[in-house]
Amino acid sequence: MSRTNESSPLPGSLSVNPTLDQWVRLAPEGSVTVSPGKVDIGQGISTALAQIAADELDVSLARIVMKPADTMNGPNEEMTSSSLSIEHSGIAIRYACAEIRGTLLHKAAERLGVSAERLTVDDGVISQTGGQRKLTYWELVEPGMFHRAATAQFQPKSPDEFRLIGTDVPRLDIPAKVTGRPSYVHDMVLPGMLHARVVRPPSYEARLVSIDDEAAVRAMPGMVELVRDGSFLAVVCVKEEQAMRAARALRNRAKWDDRTALPEQAAVYEHLKTLPQQVHVVHEKGDGAPKTPAAQTLKASFTKPYIAHASIGPSCAVAVWNDGKPTIWSHTQGIFPLRVDLSKVLRLPEPEITVIHAEGAGCYGHNGADDAALDAALVARTVPGKPVKLQWSREDEFQWEPFGPAMSVELTAALDGAGNIVDWTHELWSNTQSTRPGRQPEGTWLMAGWHLADPLPKPPPRMIPLASGGGSDRNAVPLYDLPNAKVIHHFITEMPVRVSALRSLGAFANVFAIETFMDELAEAAGVDPVEFRLRHMKDKRARAVIEAAADRAGWKGRPTGDGTTGMGIGFAQYKNKQSYCAVVAEISLEADLRVTRCVAAVESGLAINPDGIINQTEGGVIQAVSWTLKEAVPFDRSGVRCMTWDDYPILRFDEVPEVEVVLIDRPDQKSLGAGEAAQGPTGAAIANALAQAIGVRVRDLPLSRDQIAKALV
Amino acid sequence: MTDKTLTLAVNGSNHTVQCDPDTPLLYILRNELSLKGARYGCGQGQCGACTVIVDGKPVQSCNVPVADFTGKSITTIEGLGTIDAPHPLQQAFIDEQAAQCGYCVTGIVMSAKALLDVNPKPTRSEITAALRDNLCRCGTHARIIRAVERAAVAMSSR
Repeated sequence: MSRTNESSPLPGSLSVNPTLDQWVRLAPEGSVTVSPGKVDIGQGISTALAQIAADELDVSLARIVMKPADTMNGPNEEMTSSSLSIEHSGIAIRYACAEIRGTLLHKAAERLGVSAERLTVDDGVISQTGGQRKLTYWELVEPGMFHRAATAQFQPKSPDEFRLIGTDVPRLDIPAKVTGRPSYVHDMVLPGMLHARVVRPPSYEARLVSIDDEAAVRAMPGMVELVRDGSFLAVVCVKEEQAMRAARALRNRAKWDDRTALPEQAAVYEHLKTLPQQVHVVHEKGDGAPKTPAAQTLKASFTKPYIAHASIGPSCAVAVWNDGKPTIWSHTQGIFPLRVDLSKVLRLPEPEITVIHAEGAGCYGHNGADDAALDAALVARTVPGKPVKLQWSREDEFQWEPFGPAMSVELTAALDGAGNIVDWTHELWSNTQSTRPGRQPEGTWLMAGWHLADPLPKPPPRMIPLASGGGSDRNAVPLYDLPNAKVIHHFITEMPVRVSALRSLGAFANVFAIETFMDELAEAAGVDPVEFRLRHMKDKRARAVIEAAADRAGWKGRPTGDGTTGMGIGFAQYKNKQSYCAVVAEISLEADLRVTRCVAAVESGLAINPDGIINQTEGGVIQAVSWTLKEAVPFDRSGVRCMTWDDYPILRFDEVPEVEVVLIDRPDQKSLGAGEAAQGPTGAAIANALAQAIGVRVRDLPLSRDQIAKALV
Repeated sequence: MTDKTLTLAVNGSNHTVQCDPDTPLLYILRNELSLKGARYGCGQGQCGACTVIVDGKPVQSCNVPVADFTGKSITTIEGLGTIDAPHPLQQAFIDEQAAQCGYCVTGIVMSAKALLDVNPKPTRSEITAALRDNLCRCGTHARIIRAVERAAVAMSSR
């Protein structure tokens, strides 16, 4: 343990939430409660943060209690997104725990009359080497002792001092989940709890005109309340099946005026390009003129459709109003940003609204969770004092969740006579990648707010600055060493289809485009694709993952375009700032395109829980295989036509590839966010493998039978 | 549509419930019997999150009326094992860390249990075929397959 002399700025989320006991509390009976503001979305962050706390405090993992985030007491860590939990929350908890440990150690030193350097801590027990007397943390801690701002004067441990950090601590939550213990917001039961279902309009621009014989629905068994506020319709019943019946009856009797007019799906990319847009040159390097003359110029266009989050568990929330103040349990990724929008729609000051995180199914970004929370709050307001659980149906989730936006990318590059890339332009068209609640001053992104009799407007969409990681331009700036490069971002402000953040945001489409284009350039230069990338990449950490993936996959012995099998590679450093990931995919093309094997190499600096990173990487690869081979949200002029899993097939067990992950641990480097790094590289690797097999490039996702057939014609 | 009194045999015990007999079994398990392990995923019998075992066969409980299950033997995840005494299949999932969000896992464990009960030494293809009606969105498939293989070994050496 060491103290630094200079007063450093508080690291990570401590800067906005400096009070130590907001983060960590030592309870009298010997437990340690850790309250991150980041939430577990199935990525295992709770376990990783528990490891960090246990190590920095020198207590056993068994003492750690991870408290779900809430708006009453907990730190405000905004959104759990963008793969920033270890970087923001992990670092805050490291420093907070180091300071608590150091402070208690110094107090023990005073009591024992020795210098702090002669004391050691073992599971919260402080003793002097060779000495008899011991003092525990719990004997030393006084009420309110840590109700003060952190100073960050105590350094966290160095890698050689770690016990749990860097090890595969088993996930704390898996035993309960695999034995069916109540684990999700869907499982909550509160005394007197009622069940609700919402009856959504048939399409985006449908408005309620009338309900046939509303009284008949109100008279149905178990009905407690029929909620009708403008076009917002819901039922509240005693039993869940009663709510389902009543919702069905209400849906059959509701008459809507539907003005929805979406573009034709087949023409959506061209249509989007005609909509109002801002044009931003978000990156420009070089003087625009290539240093050496271009021997060849290549150009290619790519498209990526709307992709659904398609969470296995449709969204759900529980809400109760007491004394005019609501408490909402939600699987939102951001309890505080959600509360900002709830405050606007419910017309209540934020401190009077309590949001508590409860787990949901994997969300992979902004799905229906926040909307379900507002729905539940609106419905529960009609039955004050009674908790209401509001469950979205599968149809609700598929039709109304915001999707990852459809994107177009055009790449142009020039090669010199030696096969070096001398010029590069990346031009992209997309809607915003985030309509999450919380940040905007006017209006709400929560959909029920638009359907009320006194509706709130939709806010104007915003771009995420590239300096903060970017949105549609995320990973549009190639990491390769290029003398000239330009990125043009067409930010399309009109959104015909509801869109928001989906895992990796614009990176999936941008890396797909860049990495398939790199293969085209390699071919034009007459160079092997791996060799071509390495020639343009000095970054040693990038080279390491490219070489590791190629090596493990057996790149040197890869088949050479036999028409049915192929091997391809894709690489990116997520946001050019976070984890490095290279993926090699092997495909087999018979009646359908199958991915038979993927090898991913990933490097995330210091790995807190290596198996956690591997799990997330495997998951990202398999999910991206599904996106690449199968996924596009179906819609027609009258609306989104996605209701069941038949409408939106995803990869099934008998279609998954074998997946291997090579994790390169770099404890000398700071930890980097890992959860989204595999998406783009996987998509590109598959397309490159396909191109190697059949000698033809498919640049439009998904790589369906139709798209491949079109390219072969 | 009036309520009826039904007796269900669940995890070896008889339970009497008063309910609308058209109610899908899933809601009776979750709400009347407080067995939260079977999950709502689609209500259309397409994702497997609601899978239970009925007379030895895997059944999606979300869209079959509870009245169809009287006189049959129903096993839910809670009937396999507990946190303190997990079934070998559950232990295998823990050992392989075969979960990310975990929402699909109970349905998959039940499908796997039904498979292993009739086919104690399944090949990888037989496992993936048995799990064809179970969806996982997090991409945990590889670990899940390994967990089932691991369980098969553990269970056959008992």
